[in-house]
Amino acid sequence: MTVTPTKPAETLAPAKGAKTTPARGKRTNRKQLLAIWLFLVPAAVLGLYFKFIPMVEGIRLSLFKVQPFLGDVFVGFDNYIRVLTDARFMEALGHTVVLGLTQTLGALVVGFVLALLLEGQSRSLWVLRTAIFLPVVTALAVVGEIWRILYFPTADGPLNNILSWVGLGPLQFLNGTDTALWSIAVVGIWSGAPYNMVIILAGLTGVDRSLYESAGVDGATIWQRLRYITLPALRPSIVIVLTLAAIRSLRSFTEVYVLTGGGPAGSTEVWMTRMYSLGFQRNDIGVASAAAVLLLVVTLLLTVGTQLLARRKALR
Amino acid sequence: MSQSSTRTPARASKPSASARFDSALGWSPRFGTNMALRIVLCVLVFCVFALPFLAVISGAFDRNSSPTEISLLPKTFTLQNFEAAAQQGLWGYLLNSLVVAGGGLLLQMTVSVFAAYSLSRKKFRGQALVMLLVLMTMMLPEEVIGIPLSLVLGDLPLLGIGLRGTVLAVILPVGIWGFSIFIMSEFMKEIPGEIEEAARLDGVGEFRMLFTIILPLCKPALGVIGIFGFMMVWDQYLLPLIAANDPSDYTLTVALSVLRNDTTVGPGVLLAGAVMAMIPSLLVYLFLQRSMIRGITSGATKG
Repeated sequence: MTVTPTKPAETLAPAKGAKTTPARGKRTNRKQLLAIWLFLVPAAVLGLYFKFIPMVEGIRLSLFKVQPFLGDVFVGFDNYIRVLTDARFMEALGHTVVLGLTQTLGALVVGFVLALLLEGQSRSLWVLRTAIFLPVVTALAVVGEIWRILYFPTADGPLNNILSWVGLGPLQFLNGTDTALWSIAVVGIWSGAPYNMVIILAGLTGVDRSLYESAGVDGATIWQRLRYITLPALRPSIVIVLTLAAIRSLRSFTEVYVLTGGGPAGSTEVWMTRMYSLGFQRNDIGVASAAAVLLLVVTLLLTVGTQLLARRKALR
Repeated sequence: MSQSSTRTPARASKPSASARFDSALGWSPRFGTNMALRIVLCVLVFCVFALPFLAVISGAFDRNSSPTEISLLPKTFTLQNFEAAAQQGLWGYLLNSLVVAGGGLLLQMTVSVFAAYSLSRKKFRGQALVMLLVLMTMMLPEEVIGIPLSLVLGDLPLLGIGLRGTVLAVILPVGIWGFSIFIMSEFMKEIPGEIEEAARLDGVGEFRMLFTIILPLCKPALGVIGIFGFMMVWDQYLLPLIAANDPSDYTLTVALSVLRNDTTVGPGVLLAGAVMAMIPSLLVYLFLQRSMIRGITSGATKG
């Protein structure tokens, strides 16, 4: 590098000036530094009080047997052992993973189909895309209430009514131990697919049209076109988003809590609902905190792992 | 979802021949079986994703709105569900929600803009660490730290103030959101330094620099953190639940599930409440749709 780039030279200039007139240079520097930290103060205070103090407090509580009036007793890793040996927590873990994977993959597939169907620039398609996006914008708790109505478990409930047209018997949906978890997964897919649709649509616009054209000249079928042109072009943007969504789904709470509250008979209990019934209803704060710390560690490791993998891939 | 107006000359000259290559599935723009199939599928998709909303709205205005008699048009139009909702105090809950959403969003955007300005336009020791801490807050949503957070809200350490039962107990915790700071600082990084240097030569101070030079260039990013922030705050469920002292402090979304368990309240009131909770997010979405799409797609490419 023989050519001096302009930027470092400019940043060097004030430093030189600082040598000749030290007092003035120092003041501007200190003023700058003060401004920098002043701008960070609101975020720092809020982050400290509402993120990091609770986090540290949670870690502390997880090591104690918490008793409101008798005083906390240090128990080491007992709470963690109790979480990991608790049958209901392990069952909840299974439900969490199944629900997370079904929702993430289902939302991807449905989002992909939606994107393929609604790709285009005409006004009517745009209106349709806008309408279909509504489930994403609506608050999860409201989505839950809507689906509780659609899932009304009697034979003349809205969804059972529609199922009877195609000859399927009335289902219990959220009230049945076999169907409840899948019913929640459907709600998750319904409210997540349009979001993926937008990501995939953005990827589709980036596909080179001339590739489609030459594939057409070569007599490729639609299926081959999808398999060999569209999918490879979409892959990079989707993989990371999906992985992060799957990791995030480990801590899904609101939809399960609103739809079933973990019932019937614990068939939809996930990690978060189990943690909350322990922490807030049974006041077993030590064990619930241990569960929270475990969840935090797992999501942290998975997220950092994905990011590192993604970065290494990007470097290659 | 933004309508692109770029048209290649080739397509303009002979639309039908090359239009088949405009979409991955090769939808034809001409009337025929291909188009008929697409219309049928579109109607089906519309039914699945949008009709539930119509059913809820219709049910809210229907006299006899039990879940089993839901239809797409109210059989006997009435406002009595909303009157009953008023008796249940739903307007009060809606007000709580609006105050929390307005205050929380304003705080969140201000905090994010300030922090992003320092993190993107300045260089200082410890910057990487601060950015790491910001990213870490994304890993600590209210759900994960809910139990200790509820203790902190009851008695702020060092200050000894209890926030629980006030709107501040919801507004202050949502004020810090790593996502919003991250998006904002990524955008501010792109603004060329020459603009700032020219202004600094004119003796512009830090606050004026931020508000008159940098921020006006950040309108797209402000739109993105605006709609994502609103959705984040409006979506809060656990936080208002643990921040409340008694049920009158609930936001509308939390109040809905309480009402549902109250057997004296009919389903009509619940539907009216659902409609009330949908309208603000619907309005914000329609106004900031472009920003929403921009936010989703930029997140997709950046990971």
